Amino acid sequence: MGPGELGEILCQIPSFDHPNLLVSGATMDDAGVYKLDSETALVQTVDYFTPMVDDPYIFGQVAAANALSDVYAMGGEPLTAMNITAFPTNCLSLDILREILTGGAEKVREAGAVIVGGHTIEDKEPKYGLAVTGLVHPDKIAGNSGAKPGDVVVLTKPLGTGIIATAIKGEIASPEAVKKAVENMTELNKTAAQTMQKIGVHGCTDVTGFGFLGHAWEICAASGVTMEVESSLIPLLPDVFDLANMGIVPAGAKANLKYLQDKVEFEGVSDTLQDILADPQTSGGLLITLPEDKGLQLIRELRNRGVLEANIIGTITESKSPKVIVKG
Amino acid sequence: MENMVDARGKACPQPVICTKKALEKLESNNSLVTIVDNEVARDNVVKYAKSLEYPVEVQQKQQDFYIKITKQDGIEPQLESRTRQVVLLSSSKLGEGDDKLGDVLMKSFLYTLAQSDDLPAAVIMMNSGVKLAVEGSPVLEHLMELNKKGVEILACGTCLDFFNLKDKLCVGNISNMYTILEYLLSADKTLNF
Repeated sequence: MGPGELGEILCQIPSFDHPNLLVSGATMDDAGVYKLDSETALVQTVDYFTPMVDDPYIFGQVAAANALSDVYAMGGEPLTAMNITAFPTNCLSLDILREILTGGAEKVREAGAVIVGGHTIEDKEPKYGLAVTGLVHPDKIAGNSGAKPGDVVVLTKPLGTGIIATAIKGEIASPEAVKKAVENMTELNKTAAQTMQKIGVHGCTDVTGFGFLGHAWEICAASGVTMEVESSLIPLLPDVFDLANMGIVPAGAKANLKYLQDKVEFEGVSDTLQDILADPQTSGGLLITLPEDKGLQLIRELRNRGVLEANIIGTITESKSPKVIVKG
Repeated sequence: MENMVDARGKACPQPVICTKKALEKLESNNSLVTIVDNEVARDNVVKYAKSLEYPVEVQQKQQDFYIKITKQDGIEPQLESRTRQVVLLSSSKLGEGDDKLGDVLMKSFLYTLAQSDDLPAAVIMMNSGVKLAVEGSPVLEHLMELNKKGVEILACGTCLDFFNLKDKLCVGNISNMYTILEYLLSADKTLNF
């Protein structure tokens, strides 16, 4: 669902207030955090969706990387996971289900977590994802609300998976673009999260369905700051600009832009790039804010550890009315 | 006979893909109408047509959009920003060596330049170069053609004064050092003869 509609519904539902509930849905965060004691807090999240690639094994990997990412985005380490599956057992071969679950299990293993069970229902279209539980130190939570004026902003993965998935549906995606998009979506945010926790950061989220701009806005709204973004510094997947320029843009990107129209200011940014910046991402990178003097250190360490496309893409400034400013 | 693509009820990227396939089959100068039922599909199909530089018109009929695209013959996509070039002629002759040859080469140069697809923003004349733009010059017609095609023709006022030719200027404008310098400094490339 889009951020506007979802927000309207959620504000009508009773909210929970508890001294141990450190992070809830109120800040539009990636995962909830519940404090167990002064050293330990639980990070909990759930995420599932319909296939965006044809290969069931890759779909399983992507869905798992995406679900695990919410724990990483809070600065946590995943501990346990449970499968959530919908499958048309009458129409599709069970081999496909096995492939999906195998892909998911391998990513959970790579994350150092374990699958403890799951639940499957009968449905017309396959759906897969996981509920993930992790641990974080209560003082080291990297939420949406931690960004501070003077911070620099780091993005750890290139953008464009929604546009390439749309091109795949239209059978016009180049093999190179598909390969890079799949690598991008199956890569865990594990290394990025561990590196960021080692260096120490102020705020973090992962870039998913609301697009880069939607998640940048969440940080600004929750932290009461403005983010100034240099659009030329944002890494893109291959072919993404050309595809967006010929109108291969998912409806979700347009919905995100519409929701953000009074929250984001563009200064000399082409329509095409606006679409790309609002493109819904699957298993996108981390969007991190941290003190300027640590920014380059983080980039160096990330690149040394294989997160090659990480880049400083903007700064956080003080603001009475939070917004995202994107410069062309 | 117009060709139709009915993309109503189809999700992204199908409206663009169906339009793309239909356009590929279409002969040049023929039109195609793609019908869509939402703004996102409309914007994407219009964007696709524009990326090919095909003329596109949109008509709204009730909740549907009729997008008429006319296929064009091999239009090359324009470069986003063309380089701004300025030609500086500081002599009425092209090159040093023989004056007669210099006259012939200058005539040939300006003729060729006027026929070129890659026109400069301005042709600036200084010193004896101003003689090219005055009454009786053998290259007047080429300078006039350049001027007609939108190229600024600027003759240095001090130089016209020096040769006492100010009232004989036939093409372009009398200019001063400030304007000339501005042209030269803002150019991406200056060709100096």
